[in-house]
Amino acid sequence: MDNNLAKMKKVAGKPKIRVASLGMYCPGCHYGIISRVICEVIEELGVEGKAIGLAGVGCSFGGAPMTIDIDWTSCPHGRAPAMATAIKRIHPDATVLTVQGDGDLGAIGLGCFMNALLRGEKLTTIFLNNAVYGTTGGQMAPTTLLGMKTTTTPVGRTIETNGYPLHLPEIAATMKGVAYAARCTVHTPANFKKAKKSLKKAIQKQIDGIGYGIVEFVSACPPGWKLDPLQCLDYISEKMLDEYPLGEFKNVDKIE
Amino acid sequence: MSERLLVSGNNAVARGAIQADCKYFFGYPITPQSEIPEYMSKELPKIGGVFVQSESESGSIYMVYGGGLAGARIMTSTSSPGFSLMAEGISYLAEQEIPAVIVNVMRMGPGIGTGGQGGQTDYLQVTKGCGHGGYKNIVLAPSSCQEIFDQMQLAFYLADKYRGPVLVVTDFILGEMEEIINIKTHEFGSLPPKEWALTGKDKRGGERAVHVAAFFSYLGILNYHMKQIEKYKNIQETEVRYDTYLTDDCDMLLVAYGSSARIARGAVDMGRAKGYKLGLLRPITLWPFPSDALVQHAKKAGKVLVIEDSQGQLVEDVKAYLDSDIPVHLLGMWGRHNAGGGGIIHPERIIEEVEKING
Amino acid sequence: MPKGKIKITEEFCKGCQLCIQFCKQGCIEISSDRYNPNGFLLPDFVNEDDCIACGICAWMCPECTIDVYKYIEE
Repeated sequence: MDNNLAKMKKVAGKPKIRVASLGMYCPGCHYGIISRVICEVIEELGVEGKAIGLAGVGCSFGGAPMTIDIDWTSCPHGRAPAMATAIKRIHPDATVLTVQGDGDLGAIGLGCFMNALLRGEKLTTIFLNNAVYGTTGGQMAPTTLLGMKTTTTPVGRTIETNGYPLHLPEIAATMKGVAYAARCTVHTPANFKKAKKSLKKAIQKQIDGIGYGIVEFVSACPPGWKLDPLQCLDYISEKMLDEYPLGEFKNVDKIE
Repeated sequence: MSERLLVSGNNAVARGAIQADCKYFFGYPITPQSEIPEYMSKELPKIGGVFVQSESESGSIYMVYGGGLAGARIMTSTSSPGFSLMAEGISYLAEQEIPAVIVNVMRMGPGIGTGGQGGQTDYLQVTKGCGHGGYKNIVLAPSSCQEIFDQMQLAFYLADKYRGPVLVVTDFILGEMEEIINIKTHEFGSLPPKEWALTGKDKRGGERAVHVAAFFSYLGILNYHMKQIEKYKNIQETEVRYDTYLTDDCDMLLVAYGSSARIARGAVDMGRAKGYKLGLLRPITLWPFPSDALVQHAKKAGKVLVIEDSQGQLVEDVKAYLDSDIPVHLLGMWGRHNAGGGGIIHPERIIEEVEKING
Repeated sequence: MPKGKIKITEEFCKGCQLCIQFCKQGCIEISSDRYNPNGFLLPDFVNEDDCIACGICAWMCPECTIDVYKYIEE
């Protein structure tokens, strides 16, 4: 048997536009896997040279720009959809993506986001939902589950104090200017493949000039959840997906 | 023979921007400047430009940020309460060195203030950076419709030259009044290409552009700030602009900007007719402030009267630059002829103040 | 008969063990005492014979440290 790598074909490895670096992510964070999904979809769609990424504040901030070799800007907290609106209006042939976390998109940025959806901007938003504010130490997010303990919900999130978790793709699906709204995960290989398909569809809606695409990724945050990477996988399967069902909520080829 | 048009100050803002080849406007209605987005919404599509009415002034400033990053000449306009909402965004524009022009058609503050009347109560805000972090904006204060038209073009040039936000500050009076202007394109000099702009790698020969917060950049925190300090020093040495009127032999120097300067100029003429040797120093750049000119003319005159439609903001800078042996007097908003919404400082009231000071 | 082989760029590994979790063939195990300079406990590619070059370990590695090779049919 010949074990020489020269007689072998590489079938999987670092994506071409993935920047090789010791990323900012914690061990077991799914943002690194999601970064691979984004890289592979951009490469397969052939838009590497036209892509412009906007990263929100939070773990998306250091991670996405540092690991994906396209044009990037970081944005003030929550403002990526407004900035992306201007960039897309000025460079309509660019593929403009925003990568934002649960606070960035769902709390401070909710107004900006909703208005970009209302305007039916031809943009794509990758929504990273890990149910906590990871970068700042694990505080409650709009997507924190009821009963979930965080540093600002020490006895668990309650309805009386903090209301109900936020379901963004479902809300986006009700808006006319949205062409694609879906939720996926990368916590299993099968879901990794489905996530790629979803993101590809979302970005294709932009390329075809149809409307806004949003893909939510339910992801793990080992330090925020106080679980190890493997326990996080179970938490997603058992708890997160109960609250946040996977699937496509809207997928249209034309907005009437 | 250049084209002559009768326009309002607000209209001159929009026309000046288009004359400077600005094709993108992102803004939100607010009294007393809604005519600016209205005009832009009508005219920009005709010249292949884009007008977007944002959801708020926060939306506007971040659209301006994105548009500036994309390498285009972009602007927004607002009034005082909206300008406060923009302060954070302006701080980011300054940090990231993104060219942009922001127009503040001031109204009386603080808070919701009043939309339908004038005021010059944002002087301290616009000149001291207006947001967090200690940056400085170049602030232009035109005082006629012609100056508004001309200085809008200058603003875009300075924004591109120094890579940062430039503020143009008018007010309700200037915004609504109408004067005849000459339509003329000003050339200020060549500018380097915007190789840093976000366009997608293809348009830059394959290399990506990454804009993350400046402190994360290769410069590092201290080097970044030293570079900014050097830039601001350079601007202070090069871009001061001001106007003087009958200051060679005056024995009382009036200091005023914007609409108050027009009134003060009328007071100088009125005073001279009565034998009072008044003169006027009119800052055009509120930052960088014409401190050398102020010191020179104030020393010669021996006393100063600041006229501004506010509680006393410009006067703080005037006092800060002058030695304590030069008396600095203030005629603020209490100089208005009536206490209600239509109050305005008249030249006669300035003369009254001059007579009171002279005893 | 192995169909493939993996190579892990150990300096970027963060010891999250997702590769171990998802290898259906049981080819990867956590080492007992091999650490990289950042202090992360490294995995070992132990059952080389069972590797089918499916690529799943590469997909699931958040740091993209794993390259998967398939033997070329002669």
